[in-house]
Formats: sequence, structure tokens, C-alpha cells
Amino acid sequence: MDGIQRTSVSTPVIGASRARARLKDADTFPKILIANARDFTGRPASREKDLGIWQTWTWSQVLGETKALAAGLSALGARRGDKIAIVGDNRPRLYWTMCAAQAIGCVPVPVYQDAVAAEMGFVIDNAGARFAIAEDQEQVDKLLQIKDAHPGLETIIFEDGRGMRHYAQPFLLSFAKVQENGRDLLARDPGFFEREVAQGKGGDVAVMLYTSGTTGQPKGVVLSHSNVLVTALNSVELEKLTEAEETLAYLPMAWVGDHIFSFGQSYVAGFCVGCPESGATVMTDLRELGPTYFFAPPRIWENILTTVMIRMEDAGWIKRSLFKRFMDLAKRVGPALLDRKPVGVVDRLLYKLGDLLIYAPLRNTLGFSRIRLAYTAGEAIGPDIFDFYRSLGVNVKQLYGMTEAAVFICIQPDGEVRPDTVGPPAPEVEVKIVESGEVLFRSPGVFQAYYKNEKATSESKTADGWVKTGDAGFFDADGHLRIIDRAKDVGKLADGSLFAPKYIENKLKFFPYIREAVAFGADRDFVAVFINIDLAAVGNWAERQGIVYGGYQELAGRTEVYDLIRDCVEQVNRDLSRETTLVGSQIKRFLILHKELDADDGELTRTRKVRRNFVQDRYEPLVNGLFSGSERAHIETEVTFEDGRKGRVKADLAIAEAERYPLDQLKKAS
Amino acid sequence: MAASGERRIGDVVLKVENISLAFGGVRALNDVSFDIRAHEIRAIIGPNGAGKSSMLNVINGFYHPQQGRITFKDIARENFGPYDAASRGIARTFQNIALFKGMSTLDNIMTGRLLKMKVPFFWQLLRYGPAMREEVEHRRFVEGIIEFLEIQAIRKVPVGRLPYGLQKRVELGRALAMEPDLLLLDEPMAGMNVEEKEDMCRFILDINDEFGTTIALIEHDMSVVMDLSDRVVVLDYGRKIADGTPEEVRSNREVIDAYLGVRH
Repeated sequence: MDGIQRTSVSTPVIGASRARARLKDADTFPKILIANARDFTGRPASREKDLGIWQTWTWSQVLGETKALAAGLSALGARRGDKIAIVGDNRPRLYWTMCAAQAIGCVPVPVYQDAVAAEMGFVIDNAGARFAIAEDQEQVDKLLQIKDAHPGLETIIFEDGRGMRHYAQPFLLSFAKVQENGRDLLARDPGFFEREVAQGKGGDVAVMLYTSGTTGQPKGVVLSHSNVLVTALNSVELEKLTEAEETLAYLPMAWVGDHIFSFGQSYVAGFCVGCPESGATVMTDLRELGPTYFFAPPRIWENILTTVMIRMEDAGWIKRSLFKRFMDLAKRVGPALLDRKPVGVVDRLLYKLGDLLIYAPLRNTLGFSRIRLAYTAGEAIGPDIFDFYRSLGVNVKQLYGMTEAAVFICIQPDGEVRPDTVGPPAPEVEVKIVESGEVLFRSPGVFQAYYKNEKATSESKTADGWVKTGDAGFFDADGHLRIIDRAKDVGKLADGSLFAPKYIENKLKFFPYIREAVAFGADRDFVAVFINIDLAAVGNWAERQGIVYGGYQELAGRTEVYDLIRDCVEQVNRDLSRETTLVGSQIKRFLILHKELDADDGELTRTRKVRRNFVQDRYEPLVNGLFSGSERAHIETEVTFEDGRKGRVKADLAIAEAERYPLDQLKKAS
Repeated sequence: MAASGERRIGDVVLKVENISLAFGGVRALNDVSFDIRAHEIRAIIGPNGAGKSSMLNVINGFYHPQQGRITFKDIARENFGPYDAASRGIARTFQNIALFKGMSTLDNIMTGRLLKMKVPFFWQLLRYGPAMREEVEHRRFVEGIIEFLEIQAIRKVPVGRLPYGLQKRVELGRALAMEPDLLLLDEPMAGMNVEEKEDMCRFILDINDEFGTTIALIEHDMSVVMDLSDRVVVLDYGRKIADGTPEEVRSNREVIDAYLGVRH
């Protein structure tokens, strides 16, 4: 592929098992960098595409660049304890900046690159950053906008000077110039870098990461070197990550996940981090680099799957039927093979054939040929999506983590991967569930504090080191943690058992026939739900069944559709019956709404989240019907049409009962 | 834009004198004269059928005017074809995109390097030795353009599959690959949405600023013309009715009449 030098997966020299011994004297990241330049001298550390060709820097080159940069920053007047903001997409030079800042005792503060100027101003001001390193003109312009209001920001350094020839401000400097100054300083004082690095200790602040702040202003999470280092080392050992890994850094540098995957683990294990050419080229770069280790949130896994499915629809019939046949086989035996569970000889052989014809070429097209380990996290992932990748032989696993933990709280170990749990606690992490259902953890990764926010720190961190996650969850029979909802959204049924509406709704929504679901049950005797069918999926099904319908409302009212949805609901009930904690939350009654929930009517937020209380008030007669035992309920509501006119819709809806199951002891015992 | 204020506008590079062009009985251009100075952005505006595209076609040698004289870089010329224009440093884009639809973005832009390729055909056939060295050199140049126009993501995509706004950008890239002294843009923003227009404006200004390329453009969107150009020529029914800075042209009575219509 056009001049890309692809390193073959070589046998690691050091490997994961010796990482700890190798780094026993290194308690900060700059010290690790020195060790890496010694142990992995000629091995790749960073990659970036320049003019269409991948450029690679080895660990010893990265050390050289970092030294020059650290000295250059120091020559500009950066002193120990100063904060250095880093603003831009994933670029090798910005990653080097992190370590260069740490080397001279400064604290890197990565900022979300798509933040508007005002948001950026808040972080710069809150952190008290004296220096900012920006990727390009776009970011520099934002910083210039806020500079007058935040005089604490003294110097702006830019990496890419395009379009900035006419910027004459004296406080603007190019990255190359800073490095040049640094090289001058190093020529006069060759021992400068090592001397500065030696002053650093594991307990020093390594990085400040601002939480995105969906509620209120962002909070700066202060993490020490040992926070990041110990969690990185533990996870590297658990997953046996070695210096032979190859990753692609494409998620925001300000996000803790990227900081651990692309910086912490990369330094500890010594593996190479590639940076995409631009945000739009990630999929191409993925294919060219062929990472062995990859992280993506559920949204991205879903998008990739959708692209595959759409392109398969356009393929010829031979390819289509082969794909279908072998994907059915893969779904049946693929995950078991990946988990090294026993599989029949015939299936094994067929899978081998499928690998030759379908799975391997498909993995190659997606850039997953060499993938050894992949993670998903952040929100629930549909079991179909999850199983698709696992059946292809891509080892996708779930993890649970947060900024305050330096990521890892739970990781699914190989062989125990399931779509609906986040796995047992990661090494050296303790997890407990308190009375309210909230998950608490304690680990070496526990953050130091929220920067300049004593109150928030003491609210979230107890005196004996436990941190409140704000999530509700429980441990299942296998000791895996399941996250069910935000703790504040979890209620109780009248009998006191746990009621987690979002958990139930998500389970329902994973069925293609169900577009939206709203569960009720707080302080009630049982759980009941509203269902919105997916018009495309159910419509398609109805066509195949020969059911004639005139529109959404008519289709939603058909008894056949009620039967179809009842199967889905009962499937969810069976799932719930396997969990002691949730056996009481099985759905007893449900109805299919006569109209689709719509943001125009205020029923959904603009990001398509159900506004539960609003829906409950608006459809009060229906909710009463669900809990009264009647078989039908009548409703009259105002709707807003697409053109903005308003009208009234009357409907008489059937209410259906679903079977509930006793606690499934058999499954529990297994 | 702080940039354009500091740009140094040079001497006249192209002089159009008393050009008249007719197709049979139809008068497309009638005694039109104007000049274009080095490093400036010169707009040609006018209502539909005013003769703007004909003017560009005359400049790049596609049409031969019955009367008048064109002087480019101090050399006056008469029968002068598109190939001569291209080899002397005039590049253009078209109102209706003229790309090779089945070829990738990269290959389309590479075609812009054609006139710069000197290695004999024989070596090109072998794609070896000097031909390979030359190709690498041109590829490096083209990659620079791809980065400049921020089209890395579509490097390998066949142009026919691209949306209209991106095709326009690829066409601009091909014109830039010729390293032109004078770049003619025929309605570079036609059919674009606001965001695409803003991007294109930025690229035109950047090209002018970073490479010092002289640009002549035809455009309908008046706000774009007023923002971008240093000087504007206005044509109406093949005649020049105004010539000057955007401010001067905007307040010209005849221009207002031509655009808004006049009661007779």
C-alpha cells in the first residue's frame, strides 16, 4: 500500500511480564521515557502521516525531541508547578509535550480541541495555565480570543504555522523555534534534562484532565504519576500488552481514556502510537496501520457495522449468500472459539473455511486483521453489535472506568466476555455497592483532588479513599459488575426492590422492532412500559406477514404486532429473572403508543433521550390504565405536525400482559 | 482579513485590449479592455449572458477574438491555443466541473503536473529510473496540495463519487498543480452551500496569500465578490460598464441598473 512501511508483528523482547522489573526505578513518565530509549532504542514510538507517507519516530528520537522541547519550555521561563495547556487533535508533538512538561515539573492540561473559546477560557483560567501549545491556526485563534480576558496565559506555541505568517504577536512562537532554543540550552548544559527529571517523584501531579461537565462547570481531575503509572502497569500486565503493539490515537487527548491508552500504557509497555492524518481519515488510517490494540465507544462499533451491512446489501447475490451463511455460522461458534470453549470438529472446519472466504478479508477491509485486543466502554452496547465483532474473531471486551480512577475500575478478562456486564474489578481495585445501589471504588488510580474545588472533592471522595461513581450497579452471580443506570435515576418498587428504568429500556431497545421504551414502576407494585415500535423494522415484518396497514397508528394497534412485541418483552423478562437483584423488575403490563415520541412535542430531548416525567404527565390516563388492571385505555393528546400546525389525536389503546418468570436458579448455579 | 492588506500588488501581468468576439451574428464581447496586476484577485461580474465565461475562454486561448490584443507577461499574442496558455502559466477551473470522473482525486491532481513532466516516454513506459524519480517528485508536490486543500480523506476516492463541493475543490487542486502564474476560476462557488462557500473563500485567499498567485474569478454571489476581490470588472451585454475597487463598483449607477433592472 503506497509506500507505507508496515512493521511486521515481531516477537517482543521484553514483553508484559517484565515491564514491572524494567521500570522498578522509574516512578515518573519522563523517567520511563529515558528507560524506553535505553530498552527500545530503535523501536517505533510515534507515527504520523506527512504528505501521504507515514513518518515514524523511534523511542530514542522521541527522547531527543522531548529533551529539546523541555529545555525550550524552560528557556521560556516555565517553572516547576506551572500548568501547560495542550490544545489540538492527536499529534505526536502534542504527546511529546506532555512528557516534556512533566520532565521539568510542569503539569500538562489537555483541553478538548472542539471546545469553543469560552469553554477553553474557563479551563485555562481555572488551571491557571501560563503556556498553551496549540495545533494550528484554528486553535491559536481561539486562544487569542480569550487571551485578553485571561492575562495569566503568557505564551502561545503553535505546531503548524499554516496561515499564520501575518501573526506578529510577540507572545506567539513556533514549536520548532521552542525546540531550537532548547537545543541551544542543551548545548550549553548537557545534563539539564536528566537533572530536572531526577527531581520528579511518583507523588507529583502528572496531569490535569477536565471532565466534560455535562452538569455544571468542568472539574479538573488531578492525577499523580503513580495514579497513571500503576493503573497503566496493572492493565498492561493483565492484557499482556507488549512493545510490539500498534495503536491509533483518534479520541480527544483531553479524555482520560486516550491519556491512558495512548500515553500511559504506551510508555509503560513501550508500544507505538499512530496519529491519523485528520479526523476524516481515521478509517483509512486504521486500515493502513492495522492496530493490534484498539478502543472505540459503542457508537463507532455500531457505525462500522452499519457500513458493512449497507455495502453487503449492494454486493452480488453470491457474495451476499456466502456472507449470510458464514455469518450465521460465525454467530453460533465464533464467540466460543474466541473464548477457547469446546466446539465440534465440523463447525471448526467450517469456521476455518469461513475465515478464508469471509472473516479474514472482512477484518482486513476494516483494518482489524492484526487486532488482539479491543475495548468498548462509556455506554451500553447492543448484544448484536458486540457479538458481530466477536464472532469475526475480533476480541472486543467491555471495561468500566472513569477519569477519577485513571480509567480502569472493571475489565472483562479473556474468556469471560459478555455484552451485558463490565467484568470483575481490575487488578488492585476494590469495588463495593452501597445501600442505595451506588457503585464505589478504591484503587491506586484514585485521583488526588478536583483542582481548586475542595467541596466537590470531599463530596465524591470519602476519608478512607472510596470514590462515589454516581452509577448504580450490582454484581451478578459470576462476580461481574453490571452498571444499570445513573444512581440518581434508580428508584425502588413498592416492595423495596431495585427499579432501574434505563436498564430495562435499553434491553428493550436492543430489539430492532422497538424504537423507544419508557418504563414506569417507582413506588408501584410492578413494572409497566410504553413501547414505540420501529416503523421501518415492524413495517418490513408486517409486509412479509401479509399484514395490511395504513400508518403508524394502525400498525401499532394490530394484535399481531402486540404478539410480536410481547415476545420481546418476555425475552427481557427471562433475562431479568436470572438476576436476584432485578427479578422483581420484570415487566407485567405494556402498551404500544399510538404515536412516535417526538422532540417537537417535548417528549424527547434533541439528543433523543426520553423525558420521563414529561411523558408520564402527558400520558397520565395511559399510565393509570397500565396500573389499574383495565384492558384498554383512552387518550386524547395534542400533537405538533412537521409543518408546525397543531392537532388533536384520540386513541383507544389495548393494554397487554406479559408473562413473568421466577428467579432462574439453574442459570445462577451454573 | 489582515492578510490581504499587507499583500504587495505588482505590475500588470495580463492586459486585454479592445477585445471583440462574435459567434455568427451574436456579439459576445464588444471592445472590452482591462488589465490584471500581479498578486491581485480580480473579479469579473455581470448578469447572465454578459460574456464573462467568453472572456475567460479568450484569456486562456480557447476562443479567438475577431479583434483586439492580449498581452501576457509582456508578450502580445494572437492565435494562441489553450495548450500555449497552459504552458505559459495560465490554469483554470470550469463552471461545469471537468474532471476525470473514474479517476481518484490523487490521479486527477497528478494530471495537472503533465506539463512539468520532462522524462521521455520510453522511461515513463518502464516507470523506472528517471521516470520513477520524477513521479516521486511530482507526487510530493501533489501531496502538498492535498494537504493545503484538506482533502486527505478523499485521496483515493474516485472523483465521480464525491459531492459537488468537493469536486470543485479537486478541480482547484488540479489547477494549482500547474503552479500557475494566473489562475482563472469560473464560478468557483456555484451550487455550494454557505459552509462550502466559506471554505472555498478561505482557500482562494490562502492561495493568493501563500503562493502569491494572481487570480481572476467569475462569481455571482456579490457578497463573496466584494469580500474577496481587489478590483472588479463589470460586463453587461458584452460591454464593460464599470471597472474599479468593490466600493466604486457597488455605487456605480450603471451597475445597479444592470443588476436590478431599469425602467425605460
